[in-house]
Amino acid sequence: MSDAGAQVVRDVKIANTEGLHARPVMRFIDVASRFQSKVSVMNVTRRGERVDGKSAMQMMLLEATQGCVLRIEACGADAAATVEALAALVESGFFQTEDQSPTTKN
Amino acid sequence: MEILRGISVAPGVAIGEAVVLEAEDYRIPYRIVPAEGVADELSRLASAFEKSIEELDKQAVWLNAHLGHDAANVFEWHIGVLKDERLRGSIEALIRDEHAAAAYAAGTVMRKYQQRFMQMSDPLLVERIRDVQDIERRLLRNILGEAREDLAHLSKPVILVAHDLTPTQTAQLAGTMVAGVALDAGAATSHTAILLRSLGRPGVIGLNDVSARVSGGDIVIIDGANQLVIANPNDATLDEYRRREVAFVRLADELDELKNLAATTRDGHRINLFSNIEFPREALVGIAKGSDGIGLYRTEFLFLRPEGAPTEEEQFEAYTEAIRGADGRPVTIRTFDLGADKYTQQRSYEQERNPMLGLRSIRYSLQNLDMFKVQLRAILRAASHGQVRLMFPLINSLMEFRQAKMTVHDAIEDLEEAGIHVRKDIPIGMMLETPAAAIQVKEFCREVNFISVGTNDLIQYLLAVDRGNERVSQFYSPSHPAVLHVLRDVVRACTSGQVDCSVCGEMAGQPLYTLFLLGLGLQTFSMAPSNIPEVKKLVRLVTMAQARRVARRALGFETDRQVTNYLRDETRKVLPEDPI
Repeated sequence: MSDAGAQVVRDVKIANTEGLHARPVMRFIDVASRFQSKVSVMNVTRRGERVDGKSAMQMMLLEATQGCVLRIEACGADAAATVEALAALVESGFFQTEDQSPTTKN
Repeated sequence: MEILRGISVAPGVAIGEAVVLEAEDYRIPYRIVPAEGVADELSRLASAFEKSIEELDKQAVWLNAHLGHDAANVFEWHIGVLKDERLRGSIEALIRDEHAAAAYAAGTVMRKYQQRFMQMSDPLLVERIRDVQDIERRLLRNILGEAREDLAHLSKPVILVAHDLTPTQTAQLAGTMVAGVALDAGAATSHTAILLRSLGRPGVIGLNDVSARVSGGDIVIIDGANQLVIANPNDATLDEYRRREVAFVRLADELDELKNLAATTRDGHRINLFSNIEFPREALVGIAKGSDGIGLYRTEFLFLRPEGAPTEEEQFEAYTEAIRGADGRPVTIRTFDLGADKYTQQRSYEQERNPMLGLRSIRYSLQNLDMFKVQLRAILRAASHGQVRLMFPLINSLMEFRQAKMTVHDAIEDLEEAGIHVRKDIPIGMMLETPAAAIQVKEFCREVNFISVGTNDLIQYLLAVDRGNERVSQFYSPSHPAVLHVLRDVVRACTSGQVDCSVCGEMAGQPLYTLFLLGLGLQTFSMAPSNIPEVKKLVRLVTMAQARRVARRALGFETDRQVTNYLRDETRKVLPEDPI
């Protein structure tokens, strides 16, 4: 990864029962896209490849179900803030901008 | 006449001629372009992406306005994928590097992604294939400029039969005369199912081969509530369903009128009217039409399917669906009440001679702790999605209740160890439906968080009558003085023990007994949603003083006939035009 700044890595666990389905994926890339740093994510539990954390398709392909540990890596000037924000999002169960619609089953 | 069983995604009855959708095949005209054509293909691709995103943005706005958030959210990920730079990059790379035509490149890349999803084990993720196919179809349509499938010009209600429907195709049903849908494929959690539910059209999916068995023009009945599709019905069946269709519409209208009104007596006492449900989707029916919550979710209906016992995940999904359908209102989930005619009989070495008195319900669960714990885990996990209470059926002794409660705590511990945090103080209660439980109600009041009186079984056991035996069914009567007295004593004990008491058997939904039950002091009634309007109507027309007087008088009679006549007269005074 290019290092126009720091490289920050953090592991987080997917706690919510439906895992990384459509809405969490979109929440994730929305947050990731606000930062300059490059973001990559790897599903440690499934020993998968690293994917682009700003890509809707690749994030879905992570197969990140409940209990999976994701390794979030950011590279760039605002890497620390990026990882902080993304980790907080995952750890909160993606309820940040949830509008609690009853039958959401993405 | 053919009867096919599937999975219902929306209740209701629809009758019409079948329109069978053939599988769409996009014919890609050419694969490779000469070097000079590459720039053109790249710009076609760019326009197609733009147009597709524009379409989806517009659709999201329309869907949000007409069908709500859930429908609109289905496409959120589609939009995300179309804006995904990596995805577009890989399609562009094919065009640039291999001189692929835009349509061919898009198709190839999208199909690769579909294959990746197909290899996944999580069923929710496998569902994404349909989304990716939908996105592919949209992109291709905008690249190739093909005319859209047109159901917009139908002149009469039809039943749409297909192998499958993409979310886009389903959303498009909104303006059409498609009255119901039957699909070969499909899981109840798919986006197509969500959209069908939002549309309010009855749908049955997972039928395997309905698209092969039905021909265009066949009369088809969709029975959403019973998860059936009936092709070429005989006259008797057709008549019956036409009647149900009318009743369902009439019910819908009635409920609509009362749905926003509270069930409050004339002198201001708020009564809770909850719904009994068997399937998760019924939660939406009851709640959307004005019920205050789910008083009884009969989970054993999860067993009524060819695949047999539901897994923990399947149960978790079902319970979560019901809880979300209740949208924050209270939900009481009853553990499996299997027995007599169902699951347990098929699995025992010999048929029980007395299944009603046999190994059923909580007894069965406590002797099959693995199965019981699986259910408890699923309920506990799902409970974090709403206001949930847990209830055991047929509790007959304090030991039984304590044992069942301990199993709940075991399940909580198991989950904690697995790193799953659940609510440790979930309210745990019981169905009171045996004479022994009624006699010991005071003792139970000290140990349970709530009691729900299951009048169906209570009356059977109390009067020693099998309701299903036509030779004696006339002896089964909620009006029997013994029943009335037991109810009075139970409610009294709960009131002084300050334990929440509700009634959830059929008696709760019968207007004939509403005044009596109200007069005893019951404030929560749970019933089939179709009974709610009548009961609500009655509640709103009486005062508690009136109800108490009726209950007192009724308790003074000696025979069930006297009771019935009295209650009928009193109810008629309040609802003169309605048949009781």
